[in-house]
Amino acid sequence: MVKQRATIRDHQAESALFARRAWFALFLVTAVFGILFYNMYNLQVVQHQNFQTRSNDNRIKIVPLAPNRGLIYDRNGQLLAENRPVLSLELVPERVPELDDTLARLQKLLALSDQQIEEFQQSRKRERRFNQVILLDRLTEAQVARFAVRQHEFPGVSIEARLVRYYPHGDVLTHALGYVAKINRKDLEKLRAKGVHANYVATRTMGKLGIERFYEEQLHGVIGFQQVEVDIHGRPLRTLSVQPPVPGQDLQLELDLDLQRYAHEQLGDGRGSIIIMDPRDGGLLAMVSKPGYDPNWFAQGISYKQYQSLLSSQHSPLLNRSTQGGYPPASTIKPQLAILGLEEGIITPDTKIWDPGWFKINNIDHRYRDWLAWGHGWVNVASAIIESCDTFFYDLALKMGIDKISEHMSQYGFGDYTGIDIAEESAALMPSRGWKRARFNEAWYAGETISIGIGQSYWTATPIQLAVATSVLVNQGIRPVPRFLQSIREGDIELPAVVEQRPPVVLNNPANWQLALDAMQNVVSGAKGTARAAFRGANFTSGGKTGTAQVRSIGQDEEYIAEDIAEKYRDNAMYVGYAPAENPEIVVIVTIENAVGGGGSVAAPMARNIMDFYFSQEQKRANN
Amino acid sequence: MLTTDERERNPWLQRLHIDGPLLVALLALAALSLVTVYSASGQDWQMTERQGIRIGIAFLVMLGIAQIPLSAIQRWSLPLFAVGVVLLVGVLFFGISVNGAQRWLDIGVTRIQPSELMKLAVPMAIAWFVAEHGIPPTKRRLAAAFLLLLIPTLMIAKQPDLGTSLLIACSGIFVVFLAGMSWRLITFFIVAVGSFIPILWLFLMREYQRQRVLTFLDPERDPLGSGYQIIQSKIAIGSGGVEGKGWLQGTQSQLEFLPERHTDFIFSVFSEEFGLVGVIVLLLIYGFVIFRGMIISVRAQRTYHKLLAGSLTLTFFVYVMVNIGMVSGLLPVVGVPLPLISYGGTSMVTLLAGFGLLMGIATNRRLVMHS
Repeated sequence: MVKQRATIRDHQAESALFARRAWFALFLVTAVFGILFYNMYNLQVVQHQNFQTRSNDNRIKIVPLAPNRGLIYDRNGQLLAENRPVLSLELVPERVPELDDTLARLQKLLALSDQQIEEFQQSRKRERRFNQVILLDRLTEAQVARFAVRQHEFPGVSIEARLVRYYPHGDVLTHALGYVAKINRKDLEKLRAKGVHANYVATRTMGKLGIERFYEEQLHGVIGFQQVEVDIHGRPLRTLSVQPPVPGQDLQLELDLDLQRYAHEQLGDGRGSIIIMDPRDGGLLAMVSKPGYDPNWFAQGISYKQYQSLLSSQHSPLLNRSTQGGYPPASTIKPQLAILGLEEGIITPDTKIWDPGWFKINNIDHRYRDWLAWGHGWVNVASAIIESCDTFFYDLALKMGIDKISEHMSQYGFGDYTGIDIAEESAALMPSRGWKRARFNEAWYAGETISIGIGQSYWTATPIQLAVATSVLVNQGIRPVPRFLQSIREGDIELPAVVEQRPPVVLNNPANWQLALDAMQNVVSGAKGTARAAFRGANFTSGGKTGTAQVRSIGQDEEYIAEDIAEKYRDNAMYVGYAPAENPEIVVIVTIENAVGGGGSVAAPMARNIMDFYFSQEQKRANN
Repeated sequence: MLTTDERERNPWLQRLHIDGPLLVALLALAALSLVTVYSASGQDWQMTERQGIRIGIAFLVMLGIAQIPLSAIQRWSLPLFAVGVVLLVGVLFFGISVNGAQRWLDIGVTRIQPSELMKLAVPMAIAWFVAEHGIPPTKRRLAAAFLLLLIPTLMIAKQPDLGTSLLIACSGIFVVFLAGMSWRLITFFIVAVGSFIPILWLFLMREYQRQRVLTFLDPERDPLGSGYQIIQSKIAIGSGGVEGKGWLQGTQSQLEFLPERHTDFIFSVFSEEFGLVGVIVLLLIYGFVIFRGMIISVRAQRTYHKLLAGSLTLTFFVYVMVNIGMVSGLLPVVGVPLPLISYGGTSMVTLLAGFGLLMGIATNRRLVMHS
């Protein structure tokens, strides 16, 4: 068989067999092509959307863009807080041919410490090879110059600029402006709780204090996004689209930088506070608290050592004395107490008492001393304010009782937050019977009411509360809310700040306002006024009230000599004033801690200087 | 069909042993190759130039082989096969390892890859062996043919080069299929292989091998490991859509998400940039080449020529099927390039050498008819 087939070959049959098989194979080929095509159709048409999305997910990375923080200006348009480019030396490891050698040469060129190199090595490990890593933050001009000349020797190393908050006036404005600082974990939690953390993805710092903190929402702006095409390693290749960030809104403040700076100088090296406020609308022209510190330390990243020194300083530079310092208001509140006495009918304008230099409750031997040891003699309510007679107010307070005083003085804002537009504020303390019961579980003693008459005992007030209480007087009842913000600017649109008021103090006999104000005017201009020396020869009219608060009680037979006692036990000197007397534009509150001298001799002269400065400025502006 | 007219129109093609339609289709593929390699290489001119030179050389090889008398080829079939086996043995013992696979042999002057030679030698030898005493072959001859086929297949699989050994096995199987191996035997083999799969899965495969199969069936199981390639490839193809992203605009390929994008996965680049429209054009060209090859084989005068032409054509089809199937997720990933498109010289030369044989067969018939 085999042989036969080998010899006699039927070529036609072989061809036919082959052809059948070939056509069958071709049929299979066609079927497979059909399957291949169907699969491609399925991928490219049916599932196209799905794969399109996944392809974009692969290649598109969203890069958040931080908005520029809004600027802060004073009322005259002077810049108080700005964003400055800071130069840093950055390095892209991937583009540096020999990293160790480059680092060694840079270290030599820029005099870097081993620690700086080590820090860089640490941060380098956290970044991808093609990302910039900061080698040296905040280059000095000398370093910039030295590097710039030899930049060509350092491929992959470059000087980069980014914006950092800068406060050009340093510690002059610290407690008002506050500062921004690096966002920490706690801040992030708060932002998340508020539901705004997405807006902060690209932001490195946020307002932590003062106006920067209070108006964070306005100043921050809205985050922007950049769609960047990346390769498989996440290396950015080109920008596909940009949604630019919306810069924060600019703030214009009521603050007058020149006045602020002047007040800052007036306080000198002492500790204390000066507030200059427009009583008509609560606008704050100046607010100084000393000692202070340079807010740029925080904005640029404060070192642990620096921060510890601020924290542990016995002069508490971190404390905003204007709004957080609780001081006994002392005699500065005598006008308000006098008004209460008149309103309640306890005294009349003509009621006179004899001041022997001390006061005592019947049957009790304890003497409450007047600051004038030999006494003021016969005094009525006006002269008691002018001369700041303590005995008159011991008597008055005792007759009025703590309940009336507490209720009435609360209407001036004592013991409550003023509502100033910074978060750092203390309510201080307006004591009452109920408060003492709750606090000490003790009854209120009549002797304590007597001390309340001269603004002592448990009573404390912040300088900003005194500014409000004084404004209520000069406004004859209207109680403004202190406020830094004048307007918010967004492009060309200016949104004025909302001017707020608290419920006014309403008198049955409004003539009592005038009595108190007249007396206060005589404090500066009357023959016996406690501030007459300070205001002698002033070319403006004003009113005011001095105050000298004991920090430590003086023994019954002890005499107070400032120079002889430790500084921290010296009296606080205070002055509350306003000007011009007829139509007050400003109230000035001066508080000096542990002063050598009282309100009349230390605080009042500063207030005089400030008012001089204010009116001379006003004159200059008028001339222009 | 077009033969008579064509012969009269192009006597010089006939003299040069060139099949016009096939040449046009192959040139079209070569042009697509250059265009796609340029894009897939990240617009690397040097690589594109190198590919161009390879294509040129491969076409010269094709034309050269087309000139060799078929009688000589038939005579050399078995000796060439024998030389190939010897060289494969050489590889087994003295081969050079590249990337964990021992495929190359250093013969002093240059390195050669004997498995490429076998891509031609195996179908030539099996066709010669099967056709020697007419078709269909006897069972004994068939068994002998399978044994003959098994030697190079196993040796190449051992290198390991699964893709090539698969292609070589196919080329031999196609010869016996076209030679008329009985349907009963074919059914028997299919059933035998089919029933072997569970045994393989349960008793012979290691855990990691099973994992690999599972990953093939569902690449999302291991999206960052072995499934990554195929997922990225499918994303590239799918995101191309109907019209494609445009030449040089394929983000998956240009941004390096696709691995091996200028070699085995070049079809993904092509599909991403030219879309379904491009894919249809490419499939039509491939389809035409295969159709033309089968026509040539059917028209060939001698059985040996028929078997060789048919086997070469169908093996070319297997290239297309396996490559497209694997990059689009239908088949597991084995290293088979997209024929005539993928970057790389060796497979290009071997493939076009095969087409040289095909052209020789095509024109030989006509020469016979002339005389």
